[in-house]
Amino acid sequence: MDRFKEKGKQMIWPLDIIILSIVIICGIAAISIKDLLGAAIIFGAYSFMMCLLWSAMGAVDVAFTEASVGAGVSTVFFVAAVFRTTRRTKD
Amino acid sequence: MKALGLIAALCLGVLLFYISLDFPSWGDGRSPASQHLSPYYIEHTMEDTSVPNIVTAVLADYRGYDTLFETAVIFSAGLACFFLLRVPERQAPAARFYRHLSTGITFRIEKGGRLPENTGEFERIDSVWVPYDVIISVTCRLVVPFVQLFALYVIAHGHHSPGGGFQGGVIFGAAIILFAISNNLRRTLRRMSEKTSALLSSVGVMIYAGTGVLCIIMGAGFLNYSALASILGVDPVAARSHSILVVEIGVGIAVTAVMVWIYYNLSSAGRQDEGL
Repeated sequence: MDRFKEKGKQMIWPLDIIILSIVIICGIAAISIKDLLGAAIIFGAYSFMMCLLWSAMGAVDVAFTEASVGAGVSTVFFVAAVFRTTRRTKD
Repeated sequence: MKALGLIAALCLGVLLFYISLDFPSWGDGRSPASQHLSPYYIEHTMEDTSVPNIVTAVLADYRGYDTLFETAVIFSAGLACFFLLRVPERQAPAARFYRHLSTGITFRIEKGGRLPENTGEFERIDSVWVPYDVIISVTCRLVVPFVQLFALYVIAHGHHSPGGGFQGGVIFGAAIILFAISNNLRRTLRRMSEKTSALLSSVGVMIYAGTGVLCIIMGAGFLNYSALASILGVDPVAARSHSILVVEIGVGIAVTAVMVWIYYNLSSAGRQDEGL
């Protein structure tokens, strides 16, 4: 059981703090930005940072899913929806 | 209203942070999951299923039910997009745009006008048409087969490395979406029609569920792949490994088709004549 704890200490904490703060900044920016296309791209960046977090924690399968679904296809869906509606938010 | 939303979000955030203090820390060997659940999978996966990637074995074998219904959820997402967005009757658009291929002159043809289809000299273009960039369209056309090959690798190699049906299916769908973006929606619809994508998305779920039903027919429980040993002609442990591949292929087909289907409906606002 101790080897799990040893591995836990190897987590690169400066990298973690940088990625986590980018995640929070992306989250706040995505809801405060007026341009919906920009919000879609920020969501893509958010997903990619989450992907980096998953892979830093060793959950490579989840990171792979996050990269392909979150950062890839869902961004395309957002862009397609923005293309068919309006680019600026009302509020 | 905005202040109320902010207060609600802050309260929820504080609550979530407070609850997260009770979580076992990352990689804690004394947490219940690491003490009772994980050791079983780490020790028994190889002898049970002969799959080196434990995540794949848990996903498609030990927790096969979950994955089956996840696939069903994705299928219903595609179905929901279809029912919400698809415009049922084919209404002719107000005006269509055609481009004369040799001169590059663009025509606008009003409703009821004679359409120059099938003459070979005109090409239909979108109403918000941007001239095709040769570099973009050629590069995307060159990249698409390699992306698809990578997607097949991800599906087939899910036993040994990260990956599997979901990721591979999404990448395969993304390749088709890339083709639709770099060319246009009509050209993509000629290669993979809406009917094809709708059929394939249900076929994928059927492959998964059918594997489970086959196990019942062979006299074991639902999704107990060991029963398929006599059909596959291998021993029961290898049968689990092979059946995981079959199931992953089903998931991949379903996810690919659903991604493309959602994109068709979303990018053309359900009319499926012109899109992104």
